[in-house]
Amino acid sequence: MAYYLGIDVGSVSTNLVIIDEEGNVEEAVYIRTQGQPIKAVQEGMKMLSFRNRKKWDIKAAGTTGSGRQLAAVIVGADVVKNEITAHAVAAQKEVPDVQTVLEIGGQDSKIIILRDGVVTDFAMNTVCAAGTGSFLDQQANRLGIPIEEFGDHALKSKNPVRIAGRCAVFAESDMIHKQQLGYKTEDIIRGLCQALVRNYLNNVGKGKEIRPKVVFQGGVAANSGMKAAFEEALGMPVYVPRYHNVMGAIGAALLAREAGVENTAFKGFGVSDINFAADSFECRGCPNRCEVVNIKMEGKVIARWGDRCNKWKTIDSSGAA
Amino acid sequence: MRKVSFPYMGTSYIPIAKLMKAFGNEVVLPPRPNSETISLGCKFAPEFACYPFKIVLGTYVQVLEAGADTLVSTGGVGPCRAGLYTTLQEKILKNLGYKFEMITLEPPGRHFSDLMASIKKLINARLSFRDYINIGRFIWKELTLLDRAERLSHKTRPLEAKKGETTRVYKKCVDLVAKAESIKELAEIEREMELLYGGIEKKDFDPVKIGIVGEIYVLMEPSANLEIEETLGELGVYAERSMFLSGYTVSNAVMDLFHMAGERDVKKLASPYFKEMCGGHGRESVGNAVHFARRGFDGLIQLSPFTCIPEIVAKSILPRVCEESGMGFLSLTLDEQTGKEGVRTRLEAFVDLLFAKRKKMRLSSAKSQLAKEMS
Repeated sequence: MAYYLGIDVGSVSTNLVIIDEEGNVEEAVYIRTQGQPIKAVQEGMKMLSFRNRKKWDIKAAGTTGSGRQLAAVIVGADVVKNEITAHAVAAQKEVPDVQTVLEIGGQDSKIIILRDGVVTDFAMNTVCAAGTGSFLDQQANRLGIPIEEFGDHALKSKNPVRIAGRCAVFAESDMIHKQQLGYKTEDIIRGLCQALVRNYLNNVGKGKEIRPKVVFQGGVAANSGMKAAFEEALGMPVYVPRYHNVMGAIGAALLAREAGVENTAFKGFGVSDINFAADSFECRGCPNRCEVVNIKMEGKVIARWGDRCNKWKTIDSSGAA
Repeated sequence: MRKVSFPYMGTSYIPIAKLMKAFGNEVVLPPRPNSETISLGCKFAPEFACYPFKIVLGTYVQVLEAGADTLVSTGGVGPCRAGLYTTLQEKILKNLGYKFEMITLEPPGRHFSDLMASIKKLINARLSFRDYINIGRFIWKELTLLDRAERLSHKTRPLEAKKGETTRVYKKCVDLVAKAESIKELAEIEREMELLYGGIEKKDFDPVKIGIVGEIYVLMEPSANLEIEETLGELGVYAERSMFLSGYTVSNAVMDLFHMAGERDVKKLASPYFKEMCGGHGRESVGNAVHFARRGFDGLIQLSPFTCIPEIVAKSILPRVCEESGMGFLSLTLDEQTGKEGVRTRLEAFVDLLFAKRKKMRLSSAKSQLAKEMS
């Protein structure tokens, strides 16, 4: 049977999934990127190879996320897609008549509007990361509550406290202030969820017509408090898919499946043992001063990017930098 | 001899430098805005000044360091604050201790005598009437040729079989025009340009078409808009800008001289949505969007510098224009914080969206065709 690999390298997490011909998720891996995308991809590949009892026959591989180019070079991907398209494709597979996708990840959030199965509009947060996963993580940490239980605490609250949600820094000082006044932790947490949803809808969702069905995905969708706050604010049910935290990777795998690849560029699960490294230099060829990145495999340069003029794109066979 | 310099915007430096030289000045060529320009600009500019202000200020510091003693820029009238920018930049630079003369070229229709006085300062050679005519003809030809080279590159790039070839040819054409010294040479270059572009191997398909509108500086200067046209072209998209150098010169200098409103058609097109002028190019952005829609474009991109009021006004109107005409809409805000990767991600997604829309439309029209045949 044919299988497809999808990889989503984001700022906070790196996700890998294997899907079968029907698009069912066979295996999913979720790893923290921790600023080392190469290592995260390799680690993910290693985890997959341990679970590879069926000896998956990978027909095509796709990558997405901010580290999509890098991941594509490491594993040998056939399809490299932006995360907006990937998320939309995955949401449609899960809920075919979806009209709105809310996605909140580690450091970005986006909204995707679909009509009759086609993406018609989208937006991504631009100026501020307030309300994304990293901020929630940090607040859970500060309150001494594991992030997994954060949402349940919010659901317990009967009287949410209003928290300023425009900016992460002000939200935090407002929360501290409310704590000092003696409000209950659960009320503050629910208030925070509401503030973040308000901020999301006013910022990323500004001017977008949100119609049902609404799918909520990304790491933050695991937070039941956030889901409840969205349902309350929108006045409609919000659907959280089972694999909500790896939807980008599923989308990449689905796109790889649809690409009609004959001979895959996939290098196999063995790439976890190869030595990959990245370094950069400033090109002084012109006033642009581009920072060019070298991706090296076993000391040989296999890919380069960052130059605007394509001067460094061609790599001689010796691979000397 | 005066050592003249000026802001860098697209390829305009080529004709401007030649004009200044013909008038008997030495020219200090401004560098293409780079990371150093931007950090200098941000260091000395007020934080919430717009991106063009910062880039131009940074350029001034660089050319003053390189020995320029005269800075020439255009002024302006109307609510957009850029019209007062030269005054503010002059103050900032003089406070920093630079010694130079700032010459502001105001629109001729309203400040004719000021403009003439400014131009007189820049003419430091004995020229006959005939010389003026020749210089004028040469510069105009050069402007239109540069625009032509760019338009051809926009048309060719999405179709190119080998990635990067159009960009190479375009750079070659600009080099050729930059080296030309007589109008005869320019005529030869015009023919060669057609041959060069004709020689690029092209694929045969109908690319997705995107119109680009917005504030003039970020629209015209590729380093400020992160080479958006090149990026789109390489994604297989035909991108057309609403503004070109020669058109801008005609509507803002020549027409103004005769007290005629420039780009009258565009303003008329904007009128159902936008009755008042709001400064800058806000109304033009809306009018051009209508124009693109009528020509059957698939999508519209608006480029605006962060905090640009005219474009913020346009941004609230453009979604309606696009919805009514079935065009996709994407607005990009640019400043020194904008990353090329983030812009690329949005552009890719936008192009995917337009492709999907087209495919669907074709599918539904095929269906209705079938229904017609069956009945």
